[in-house]
Amino acid sequence: MKKFINDPADVVAEALAGLAAAHPGLRVNAGEQYVARADAPRPGKVALVSGGGSGHEPLHGGFVGAGMLDAACPGEVFTSPVPDQILAATKAVDGGAGVVHIVKNYTGDVMNFQLAAELAADEGLSVETVLVDDDVAVENSTWTAGRRGTGATLLVEKIAGALAEEGGKLGEVAAIGREVNAASGSFAYALTAGTTPAAGRPGFDLPDDEIEAGVGIHGEPGRRREKLRPARELVRSALDAILDARPLTRGDRALVLVNGLGGTPLIELYLVFGEVAAVLAERGVEISRNLVGNYVTSLDMAGLSITLTKATDEMIRLWDAPVNTPGLRWGA
Amino acid sequence: MDVALAITWLRAAAEAVTADADELTRLDSAIGDGDHGVNMRRGFTAVTAVLDATEFTGVGDVFVRAGTALISKVGGAAGPLYGSAFRAFGKTLPAGPEVGLADLVTALHAGLDAVTRLGGAAPGDKTLVDAYRPALTAFEEAVAGGAALAEAAAGAARAAGDGARATISMTARKGRASYLGDRSAGHQDPGATSTWLIFQALADVTAP
Repeated sequence: MKKFINDPADVVAEALAGLAAAHPGLRVNAGEQYVARADAPRPGKVALVSGGGSGHEPLHGGFVGAGMLDAACPGEVFTSPVPDQILAATKAVDGGAGVVHIVKNYTGDVMNFQLAAELAADEGLSVETVLVDDDVAVENSTWTAGRRGTGATLLVEKIAGALAEEGGKLGEVAAIGREVNAASGSFAYALTAGTTPAAGRPGFDLPDDEIEAGVGIHGEPGRRREKLRPARELVRSALDAILDARPLTRGDRALVLVNGLGGTPLIELYLVFGEVAAVLAERGVEISRNLVGNYVTSLDMAGLSITLTKATDEMIRLWDAPVNTPGLRWGA
Repeated sequence: MDVALAITWLRAAAEAVTADADELTRLDSAIGDGDHGVNMRRGFTAVTAVLDATEFTGVGDVFVRAGTALISKVGGAAGPLYGSAFRAFGKTLPAGPEVGLADLVTALHAGLDAVTRLGGAAPGDKTLVDAYRPALTAFEEAVAGGAALAEAAAGAARAAGDGARATISMTARKGRASYLGDRSAGHQDPGATSTWLIFQALADVTAP
C-alpha cells in the first residue's frame, strides 16, 4: 500500500482537519465528528443531514453548504457513522422546521440512522428519512439487503437541498428526495479494487483482463465478473440494466451522471459519457443536464458508475438552483 | 454470574476479538468490505475503557454500558447489532450483584430478539444469528438438564463454533455479503465468527 497518510487510524480525523482548513464556510466538529454549514442552524429552514462511511469523497462532507446539505457525518473508512454523531449533527443544524436524513441503503447505514432518528424523536425533533437505493445491479428481493444507494445520492442531496433552501416544508423536501430516488437507476463497473488504509491491500483481486460488473461503492465485489470489453459495449450493457429497471422512453428527459470511482481519469469518463449520449440519442431520450467527474468515489478504485434520472421540470429547475459546496458549485 | 465474572467475560471477549482482528478482517474481505476486525477491535477497546472506569450497580449494568459503548464506537451493522444485543441482555437481567442461570437464558433470548428485530435475519441467512441461535439452544438445554455455568458455556461455545463453520456453505441473504449472491457461499461469515469468539470467551473464563 502506498498512500499519503500518517497513521491509518488517523486518516478520517486528519482529512476532516484538512477539509476545515480549506473551507472556512464549513464548521467541522472534530469531537463529535460531523461537518456542518457555518451558518447552521438556519431558523425555519428544513435541514438536510447525510452521512456514511468515509472514502467516498467528495460525498458527503464535500456536499455541505448553501443549496445542498446542512451537515454530514463521516464514519470510519467504508463504515457507517454511529448514532451519537448523527444525533449530534441533527441537533446542531435543526432550525425548527425538521430534519431530513438522506441514507444510502446499506445495512449499517440504515441501522445507525434509524437508531439516531429514534433518539432525535425522543428529544422532540421531527425527522424524515429518505432512503436511496438506485443500484440496479442488485436484485431487489427478500434474498438480499436490497438495492444499494450509489450515484443517485448526489442528485437526491442536490435537488432536495435546493427545495429546502427556497423554503420547502419537511414533507415536501422528503417527497422530492424520494421522487428523485425512485426515478433514478445506476450501474457500476470496477477495473481494480480500492485499498482501505486499515486493510492495506486491495479488497479483491481482478485478473488483468477481467472486470467486476455491478460493483458497489464500498469495495464489495459485484454480482459477476466478466472479460474486459470495449467501453461502447460496457456502456450498452449498463444502460440496458438501468433502463430495464427504470424505463426511459422516446421523448423522456434525463439527468445523467457519469461518475468516477476514484482511480479513473476524466479522459475515460468523458469517453464513456459520449457513449451514453449516443445510446440515449438513438433511443430518443434527451439529456437535460449532465455531470461528469469523481463525485461518489470508492477510494482509489478504478471504475465508474452511470446514473440516469428521469427528469421532471421541477427536478431540472431545482438542479439548476445555486449551490455552493466544496464538491459542487454553480450559480453562487 | 456476578459483576466480577461479567467483567472478566467481557475483557476476555475483548482480548479474543483483538487477537483475531486480522482473521475477522480476512473473512470480511472475502464477502464484505474487509473492516469487521478493525471495527470490532475499536468497539471492544471502548468496552474495556468503560470496564476500567465504571462502578457498576449490578450485572445487567455491565452489559448495558458495554452495549452502549459498542453502539457508539463500532459503526457499520455490527455496532447496532452487538450493541443492541448486549443492551437487551443487560436490561433483561434482574437488578443486583448476582444473577442465576435461568436469568441468563432469558437474557440470551432477549439479546437474540434484539438482533433479529433490528436486522431481520433468519436462521440460514449467513449472519451472526447462525452462531448465536445454536449457542443459545445449547446453553438453554444444558441449564434445563441441570448443568452448571461452566458446562453450559462450554456447550454454547461448541455450538457457536459449529454454527459459524456451517455458514461456509450458506448463501448470504442479509448485509453486504448478500450482494454477492451465490458467490458468498464457500466463505465463513465474519459476524458468526465474532459471535463464536464471544461465547468461547465465556467458556474460557468459566472453565474449571
